[in-house]
Amino acid sequence: MTKTILEVKNLHAAYGQTRVLHGVDFSVEEGGVTTLLGANGAGKTTTLRAICGMVSLQGSIMFDGVELVGKSTEEIVRLGIAHVPDGRGTFTKMTAVENLQLGAMTRKNTKEIADDIERIFAYFPILKARQNQQAGTLSGGEQQMLAVGRALMLRPRLLLLDEPSFGLAPLVVRELFGILATINKQERVSILLVEQNASLALNLADHAFLIETGRIVMSGPSEEIKKDESVRAAYLGY
Amino acid sequence: MELFVQQVVAGLATGSIYACMALALVMIYQAIEHLNFAQGEMAMFSTFICWQLMQWGVPFWGAFVLTIAFAFAAGVFIERVILKPLHNAPVLSHVVTFIALYVIINSVAGFIWDFTVKPFPTPFGTAPLFGSNLIGAHQAGTIAVTLVMLAFLFVFFRYTRIGLAMRAAAANPTSAKLVGIRVGWMTALGWGMAAAIGSVAGMLIAPVVFLEPNMMLSILVYAFAGAVLGGLTSPGGAVLGGLIVGVVENLAGTFIPVIGGELKLTIALVIIVAVLVWKPSGLFGRSIVVRV
Repeated sequence: MTKTILEVKNLHAAYGQTRVLHGVDFSVEEGGVTTLLGANGAGKTTTLRAICGMVSLQGSIMFDGVELVGKSTEEIVRLGIAHVPDGRGTFTKMTAVENLQLGAMTRKNTKEIADDIERIFAYFPILKARQNQQAGTLSGGEQQMLAVGRALMLRPRLLLLDEPSFGLAPLVVRELFGILATINKQERVSILLVEQNASLALNLADHAFLIETGRIVMSGPSEEIKKDESVRAAYLGY
Repeated sequence: MELFVQQVVAGLATGSIYACMALALVMIYQAIEHLNFAQGEMAMFSTFICWQLMQWGVPFWGAFVLTIAFAFAAGVFIERVILKPLHNAPVLSHVVTFIALYVIINSVAGFIWDFTVKPFPTPFGTAPLFGSNLIGAHQAGTIAVTLVMLAFLFVFFRYTRIGLAMRAAAANPTSAKLVGIRVGWMTALGWGMAAAIGSVAGMLIAPVVFLEPNMMLSILVYAFAGAVLGGLTSPGGAVLGGLIVGVVENLAGTFIPVIGGELKLTIALVIIVAVLVWKPSGLFGRSIVVRV
C-alpha cells in the first residue's frame, strides 16, 4: 500500500478577479511520478504555484500531514518541496555552481553540500564543464538541467516540475527525462510533473490527472490514460 | 603641480565619504528599487549617538563600534516596521515615506541635541601625515577606513553563504523564495548594513563639517551624484562614482575661479542631470530590460 505524500482538495485560485482553478482535487503518491496534463491555460502552472504558496487560493493542500495553505513560499520550501518553475528561474548573473549552492541555502552541512554538487555534476556532466560560467549564458537545455540540479540541492521529498521539456531539442528532452526517471528511483524523490507533451509525461509517470479549465476531468494509472480514446485524440495526436 | 596632487588627494578623502554614502544608497536600491532619501539623516543621527556616547565617557573606538551596532539595528528596525508594510506600494508612497523619515529624524535629532554646531573629534589627529603637507592624518584615516570596509563587503558578498543569499534575493526574489531564502529578512539585513555603512561615513565626515542635524544634506546630494554616476545597480560603480565626484568637486572648486566654494554643490547636481540625460545607466549600471 503506497502512502500519499501530497493531497490537494477543492483548490480554488485566482489572479486578481480572474479565477483560474475551480475546485481541483488530486494526490501524489510517495516515491512515484504523478503527472498533471492539460492544454495551455488549463491551470497546470497555477496548481504548482498554489502548492508553493505563490498565488491567492482557497482549499486544502496537505503535504505529509501538514497543511500548506497559509504558509509562505519559504516555509513550504523548507518542508522539502522543490519547485522547478516555469521559465526555469535561473539566477542569471551568478555562476552555475553558485546557482547550485543557492539550492542548498536551507542546509547547514557544507561537506554534504559539496558532495551533493558533485552528485549533480555526475548526473549532468555538462554543468561541471560550465560551473564557473554565468548561468544566464547557458543554453536552454543546460539551464533546465541547472534548474533541476538546483532543486535537487534542497534534498527535497517532493519535486515539482513545470514543463521541463519546454523549448528544448528532442534529444535533450530524452536525456533529461531519462535522468528524471533515475533520480526518482535512486533518490526516492516523489515527482509531480506538469507537461503539455502528454506522451512524454505518460511514459515517465505512473499516475496521471487531466485538467481542463481549472477542473480535474479524468484520472488514473498512466497506462489506462494512454489507452483512453478521448485523451489519445486530444493530447497524444494519433 | 603640488597643489594639483594635494587637491586630488583631498578629493579622494571626501570622495571616500561620498563613496560610503553612495554604497549605502545602492545597497538599498538593489533590494527595493527605491532611493532612500533619509539615508543621510540616518547617518547623522548615528553620528550624534557616537557623540553622546563620547560625552558619557566612552572612548572613540568603543563609541565607533557601538554606533555601528546601533545603526545596524535601527536600519533593520526601520525596514521591518515601516518599509515592509509598503512592500507592494507604488513609488510615490515610498518617496513620501522617505521624505517623512528625513524630516522626522532631522527634527528628533534637533529636539534631543539642538541645532548648535558641535565639534566632533577625529581619532587620527589633525597633524600632517609623515610631516608632508600632501595629506592630513584624518584624510588618510578616512581613506583607510573606507578601503577596509569595502574589502570587508567584497569578501562578505563574494565568499559567504549569507552574502550569496542576499545577492540572490536582490537579483531574483521569486527564485530566491523557491530555494527557501527568507527574502524579507535579506532586505532587512541590507537595510541594517546600509545604515551601518552610512554611520561610518557620518562619523568620518563629522570632524570636517562639524556635527549638527543638517550636516549630511549636501553630502547626500554628492552621494546621489556618485551613485547615479556609478549606475545605481553596481556597488563597485557607486564607490568609484563617489570618488570621482569628490575629486571633480575639489579640482573644479580650486582651479575654476567662478566655481570656488560657492558653486561646488552645483557640480553634483550637474553630474546627476548630465548622467541621467546622456547615460541613464551610469558608468557601470545595466539598463533593465523588461519583457512584456
